[in-house]
Amino acid sequence: MNTLVVVDASRNLRGVSCPMNLVYTKVELSKLRSGQVLEVILDNGAPINNVPGSVLKEGHTIISQEQLADSAWTVMIRKK
Amino acid sequence: MELSDSYLERYSRHILLHDVGVEGQEKLSAAKVLILGAGGLGAPVALYLAAAGVGTIGILDHDLVELSNLQRQVVHFTRDIGAPKVDSARQKMLAINPELIVKTYQDYLCAANIREVIDGYDFVVDGVDNFPTKFLINDACVMAGIPFSHGGILRFDGQTMTVVPGRSACYRCVFRTPPPSDAVPTCSQAGVLGAIAGMLGTIQATEVLKYITGVGDLLTDTLLSFNAKAMTFRRVAIKRQPACPVCGERPTITKLVDAEQSVCDLKR
Ligand SMILES: [Zn+2]
Repeated sequence: MNTLVVVDASRNLRGVSCPMNLVYTKVELSKLRSGQVLEVILDNGAPINNVPGSVLKEGHTIISQEQLADSAWTVMIRKK
Repeated sequence: MELSDSYLERYSRHILLHDVGVEGQEKLSAAKVLILGAGGLGAPVALYLAAAGVGTIGILDHDLVELSNLQRQVVHFTRDIGAPKVDSARQKMLAINPELIVKTYQDYLCAANIREVIDGYDFVVDGVDNFPTKFLINDACVMAGIPFSHGGILRFDGQTMTVVPGRSACYRCVFRTPPPSDAVPTCSQAGVLGAIAGMLGTIQATEVLKYITGVGDLLTDTLLSFNAKAMTFRRVAIKRQPACPVCGERPTITKLVDAEQSVCDLKR
């Protein structure tokens, strides 16, 4: 993981399925200012296959995406 | 403001929309919209605005629910016959969404009360069934600077336009004066295909949601009409008229007066 990234907010979305995981991701992003970074933890499977793409479509940047030991993923998003 | 999980789940399909999002939904929650008429057009508007989470909804109608209303006024049920339409509509809106504030006005709309009724609302929906009142709504909203959606249906036809006072053409820019009262049949005399109330009312409800959230382009400076028999839609571009008696450069209508009572004489 890029240790230079300062995380401004994070949200554990383990166990939260589509589309509410995207809803919560959008809620957290709406609290941040442009350029700030949100970390979300998403389940493997449909969540990691769908949420980052939707976030990209809204114009934000995915800084990193890494799988954790329990198969969930940590995703760093920089708000547009 | 911390939004509850149930709020986020209820409105998730709005929040997921890129153009609406959390911010748009919060605008809807803060919005105040007035529906004039709890009939064919007001019914779908009331249901969709309640479902969409418009925080404060006012609804005005003098009438009681009648059996002949139920063919198109889908907010009223058989068990509501004899009850004030505004109470029937309020009950359904709150059943969909208990967190709303619903204000009811069981009254006719006239020059003497319209200013007070519309005061404080962000947007007004014209769902009334007679021309004099449509002109009254236009004039009052233009004078108060409150945007509104005009709507009308008859037989198989519907017509709607959105007016943002000071920015777009008003109803009087297009139609100067109400037609003579004997020239125009009302719904009760001419008949109306029930579902076109839903077609037109949902267009009006969509315009409300777009205006509040700032999404897309409103139906301003445009008269949209459809004929359900051919299922054709037509958009006619209209222009703000400098000579308009209400919103023009030298308005001649500067106070609200009741037009002749063409419809209030009839049983509505
Ligand atoms: Zn005008």
